[in-house]
Amino acid sequence: MRYILRKLGLLILTAWAAITLNFLLPRLMPGSPADAALAKLAQAGPVSPATRAAIEVQLGVPTGGIGSQYVQYLGNVVHLDFGVSYTFFPQSVSSLVTSALPWTLVMVGLVTILAFVIGTLVGVLAAWKRGTWLDTLPTLSGTFTSAFPYFWTALLLVFFLGYVLRWFPTSGAYGASASPNLSGTFLLDALYHAILPALTILITSLGGWILGMRNTMINTLGEDYVTFAEANGLRNRTVALRYAARNAILPSLTGFGLALGGVVGGSLLVERVFNYPGVGYLLYNAVTNQDYPLMQALFLMITISVLVANFIVDILYGFLDPRTRR
Amino acid sequence: MTTQAMLPESTGSTPSTDPATVVPHLRGPASPWRVLTRAVATIWSNKKARLGLVVLGVFVLVAVFAPLIAPYGASVNGFGRNQPGSSAHWFGTTAAGEDVVSQVVFGARVSVLVGFIAGTLSTLVAVLVGLSWGYVRGPVADVINFIVNLFLVIPGLPLMIVVAAYLRNGGLPIIILVVVLTGWAWGARVLRSQTQSLRGRDFVTAAQFAGEGSWRIVFREILPNMTSLIAGSFFGAATAAILAEAGLSFLGVGDTTTVSWGSMLFWAQNSNAILTGQWVLLFAPGLCIALLATSLTLINFGVDGLSNPRLREGAGR
Repeated sequence: MRYILRKLGLLILTAWAAITLNFLLPRLMPGSPADAALAKLAQAGPVSPATRAAIEVQLGVPTGGIGSQYVQYLGNVVHLDFGVSYTFFPQSVSSLVTSALPWTLVMVGLVTILAFVIGTLVGVLAAWKRGTWLDTLPTLSGTFTSAFPYFWTALLLVFFLGYVLRWFPTSGAYGASASPNLSGTFLLDALYHAILPALTILITSLGGWILGMRNTMINTLGEDYVTFAEANGLRNRTVALRYAARNAILPSLTGFGLALGGVVGGSLLVERVFNYPGVGYLLYNAVTNQDYPLMQALFLMITISVLVANFIVDILYGFLDPRTRR
Repeated sequence: MTTQAMLPESTGSTPSTDPATVVPHLRGPASPWRVLTRAVATIWSNKKARLGLVVLGVFVLVAVFAPLIAPYGASVNGFGRNQPGSSAHWFGTTAAGEDVVSQVVFGARVSVLVGFIAGTLSTLVAVLVGLSWGYVRGPVADVINFIVNLFLVIPGLPLMIVVAAYLRNGGLPIIILVVVLTGWAWGARVLRSQTQSLRGRDFVTAAQFAGEGSWRIVFREILPNMTSLIAGSFFGAATAAILAEAGLSFLGVGDTTTVSWGSMLFWAQNSNAILTGQWVLLFAPGLCIALLATSLTLINFGVDGLSNPRLREGAGR
């Protein structure tokens, strides 16, 4: 329990730091976001000071000293109030983010867990059969595929499986005629649309898990207790899974938390290729339209999601390895 | 172990961690050039790393001699649009009527340059932070610990996208800056744990009793023992930088007029190269990114042998 509380405290502290970073970023950068919005307007004609003031109020441009801005900002974050989107005016940033978040969370979350499980199992096998083709093949191809840029894998899949073979839809998260609901047909449709983006993330992230697990597993296999288990005449499978893999998975799990950021970053690019209506596609839209409030809220949401995922992994780790609980 | 002083305390000679060489040079009679050739020879003796060195070498040569190799200029756009491969344009032309082969060749320059500069700068920061952090104790170490963990856990690409979006159209220097800003933490953590384990060794205690300053102990006594880790984090950071630059260019947050592999894919996607069936235009730039990144990963397999002769392949036979 104390372990969980300590980790929770760390989570809150880290989240606060991320929120503060998000507050400082735009203020450290040259020019104000409102200038960008006004510059767009100015292309149409001269902007009077009165119009400027009106727009600043409308866009929620902060006023006052940096201290009061910070307090106000913290309050807004707690209430999930991130202002109004420049691009999708007058929709609020929060409503845009809430409608995009589930797509990314479900798709990326499921694929990441799937990739971790498959990659770990293959890594165990590769380490156990060290030196045979069962080791060489996954290791070499894993090294190569983990160097693939996510968006490139996505483009290739769209081209070959989507455009040439026409097996899968190449764009969107559901058919053009459907509207999101929880019926069986819609869920099947959504699943069908999610296959290519999911496959992209799976192909590109699998290699990392395989290599990581293989390396720790090889170290574990050299431990005395594994030799002892073998000498006891236990079956190979028991030694590999119950003795070696069970201990080797711990460092791999730590890697899971850290690698998650990379996978999430990659999935943003994947969503752009597939026009998948998740967080990544929204972020892309925000960036191309210089929609700063939306951009910052998205960055914050992505960061907090990764922090929470890391927190969950930490808690899990505490259960799996009692030594960390102390 | 009571003699540890806090860092940084000396303002004097900072040892040169020369960014131009992959391997921070060792002390002694060996010239930097000899150290470098010996390091390359060590890496060369590993089969995987040899393959990586060859591939990397090809890309570096292509990048350096791009104007000689490319049949046309990178942005020469007088040719027909969306043409399929032909004898004049092996890989066809882009939607703006540029030669794809020439663009791929010139694109190598950006990736090699970004990988090299951003990799070097990230490693430099990682070495400075990681080594001092591993050597100091007390609350300062805790604060650094928190900051490094923060940078490790914050997803890098979204942060890069946001920063790059604020610094609009900054071009390559901005991209490099952003990549370094988010890319140093991993190396710092690896180097720190090695520093911590070396801190207790006898030679460090001996140096402390000999009255050496902590700055000198860290960078002259401890650092040379971590050559392979530092080289390893250089190649790791360079790989990450190349992939990050490609990703940012693909999103169009960098300068889209710079011809790089990422921006080629940006334009290919935006001009619907898929619908015109130009798969080479999609295939070639990404394959180059993947090959270049793989070559760096492969070299890393041989780097372990740099400061530990026992890990050299074929050693001890």
